[in-house]
Amino acid sequence: MPLERVVATSPATRGEESGRDNPPRIPVPPIVIEPSRGWAALQLRAVWNYRELLFFLVWRDIKVRYKQTALGVAWIVLQPVVSMVIFSLLFGELLGVSSGDVPYPIFAYAALLPWNYFAGALTRSSQSLVGSTHLITKVYFPRLIIPISSVLAGLVDFAIAFLVLIGLMAFYGIKPAPAALLLPALLLLAVLTALGFGLWLGALNVRFRDVNYLVPFLVQIWMYLTPVIYSSTLIPERFRLLLALNPMTGVVEGFRWALLGQQLTDAQAPGAMLIVPVIITLLVLASGVVFFRRTERTFADVI
Amino acid sequence: MMTDLAIRVENLGKMYRIGRAQQRHDTLRDALVAGLRAPWQRLAAAIHRPPGGQGRPTTNDDTIWALRDVSFEVQRGEVVGIIGRNGAGKSTLLKILSRITEPTTGRAEIHGRVGSLLEVGTGFHPELTGRENIYLNGAILGMRRQEIEEKFDEIVAFAEIEKFLDTPVKRYSSGMYVRLAFAVAAHLEPEILLVDEVLAVGDTAFQRKCLGKMSGVARAGRTVLFVSHNMVAIQSLCQSVLLLQGGVMAAIGQPSQMIDIYLDEREQLAHAGLRERQDRSGSGAIRIKSVSVEPISEWSSTHIYPGCPVRFVLEYVARESVVRPSFHVGIYNRLGISILHFSSRMTGYVLERAEGVGRAICEVPRLPLPPGHYVLNLSVVQGDSQLDHVDAAEEFDVEHGDFFGTGHSIDYTGGMCLVDHQWKVEG
Repeated sequence: MPLERVVATSPATRGEESGRDNPPRIPVPPIVIEPSRGWAALQLRAVWNYRELLFFLVWRDIKVRYKQTALGVAWIVLQPVVSMVIFSLLFGELLGVSSGDVPYPIFAYAALLPWNYFAGALTRSSQSLVGSTHLITKVYFPRLIIPISSVLAGLVDFAIAFLVLIGLMAFYGIKPAPAALLLPALLLLAVLTALGFGLWLGALNVRFRDVNYLVPFLVQIWMYLTPVIYSSTLIPERFRLLLALNPMTGVVEGFRWALLGQQLTDAQAPGAMLIVPVIITLLVLASGVVFFRRTERTFADVI
Repeated sequence: MMTDLAIRVENLGKMYRIGRAQQRHDTLRDALVAGLRAPWQRLAAAIHRPPGGQGRPTTNDDTIWALRDVSFEVQRGEVVGIIGRNGAGKSTLLKILSRITEPTTGRAEIHGRVGSLLEVGTGFHPELTGRENIYLNGAILGMRRQEIEEKFDEIVAFAEIEKFLDTPVKRYSSGMYVRLAFAVAAHLEPEILLVDEVLAVGDTAFQRKCLGKMSGVARAGRTVLFVSHNMVAIQSLCQSVLLLQGGVMAAIGQPSQMIDIYLDEREQLAHAGLRERQDRSGSGAIRIKSVSVEPISEWSSTHIYPGCPVRFVLEYVARESVVRPSFHVGIYNRLGISILHFSSRMTGYVLERAEGVGRAICEVPRLPLPPGHYVLNLSVVQGDSQLDHVDAAEEFDVEHGDFFGTGHSIDYTGGMCLVDHQWKVEG
């Protein structure tokens, strides 16, 4: 039924007031709200516009992570160092896994460094949306910010653990190869890989809480599929390309190669170990963003 | 003028799936099983389809329109109130306009920077200090960092938490927490502000302060869309009011007119409508068809005062013979906080059998409620199973009155109940 509209204020008074007190009118394109159809636009610009919120969420995660722990920031160092010690004893000493011409502890640590970052970032980003239910149901912002912030927050841990690595290298008297300049690119690959899978798993987790149970398991298996405790040279050559399908192989071996000067693979296809992971990561990331954007519209309703 | 339009809403609708919730695939296994089964079901449906049939009939039982065909416009600088009963679609409308959830149909256009305030303290982190939470919460609400810095002192002063600025908010009292949360929100200054019932927080003094702040915002020429159950606030702040009923826009117009319609509707629903209410749960073996709250004579025939004797009368229809049902009346305040519960089971009253129609009467010799607005929930229970339950079956007001017999009406400031008591001083 159409209804007669009764406007209570006289336009004159309103004009007078708004003339005096209104904030300066910056022309903003109107926000249009409609049911979305088909493939949602990626809205990466919106993410950029909300970069301050992204910063604050990262900052919150970092601030809060080790609150009310007795050891505090020491945990950041303890985790990889203890893993390194255990792996060195178990695999380096007992099982005699070959680590080439570098001592096993540093061989393991150089790989644990990106791996731990990746495992943490993947776990946190897959839980990030469900953990932010209170935000998703009450405030608007591009939801992509949530998994992105959880992936970025782990970088601080990475930086601190990296300092330990520098100490270790000094202790063993290993000079970094010039290729160490490529570390940021390798780290970026790890970030994007974690984000790509995190987007998929995080969005799925909104609907299927199975993801919460799947991820720890997945991370564990994934670690064994990645040459963290062993070297990829241990794998027969005909399977190596298969190994390269795992983007983290490229990252981990890349880290060792850049830091310790080890060759990625002995002779052939040094590029394949990195090119294949880059392609795969970009595919996962692109499809992850699209999937995320497509399911995002129902997050507030089903979470 | 086109440029003076702040919000335009056209045929906005939102449908939710309910009822068949069991059929939603909430675990991966369910989805996989359903996915495997689907081809067979489709095949079976094809085989069993009656000749000439157009496939499965679309059943509407499992969907609910929280909002349907809502259209209105808001001019720049206008303060518009949205009123309606619980479930009328007020919050859904705000959620759609805030872009938290998508509409199912229709379209809305918003001209200007939007800030929405559906809850105070969204994103507050208990481990962070007051100072840190101001920044975090401000950013979440859409304030720029520079903006927060500029208003920081004002926010702290408004919240009255100067001394505790560097204390984690988990150590705050609930009052301090709410004050801080509201203070941040109140300093949000977008061109268009969408506010849900958030003024109903804190103590009375703080509520008054919040209302003051809101009217300041309104006077500053901002466009505000404002949901409230507080008719005083609606009346004093809004220039026009949108009335929603069951997800549909019932009317839009001057606040006093709309409030009258709303109050009438509420009374009609409360008195005559209980029988028609579909939003009830329970097996249905018994249905309460009407309820009334009556002061017991001599004091007044219509008004209820603190301390006056009242009776709650529940008229019921039993569809079948029901053994030992018990009746329950819950009283909630305007904020939805449970204050009193009257129960025939607790008091030991046993009705051996309920058949046909009957009246269950609960008498309270001295109503321990301070002045205010209250809502009744009703239920009928048998053992562990619910036979009938209606939320907000009736509402009533308790007027100002002399509870303690001091000769003047109580100036009520705290607590949710009144209890007889005596004082003496020794020493």
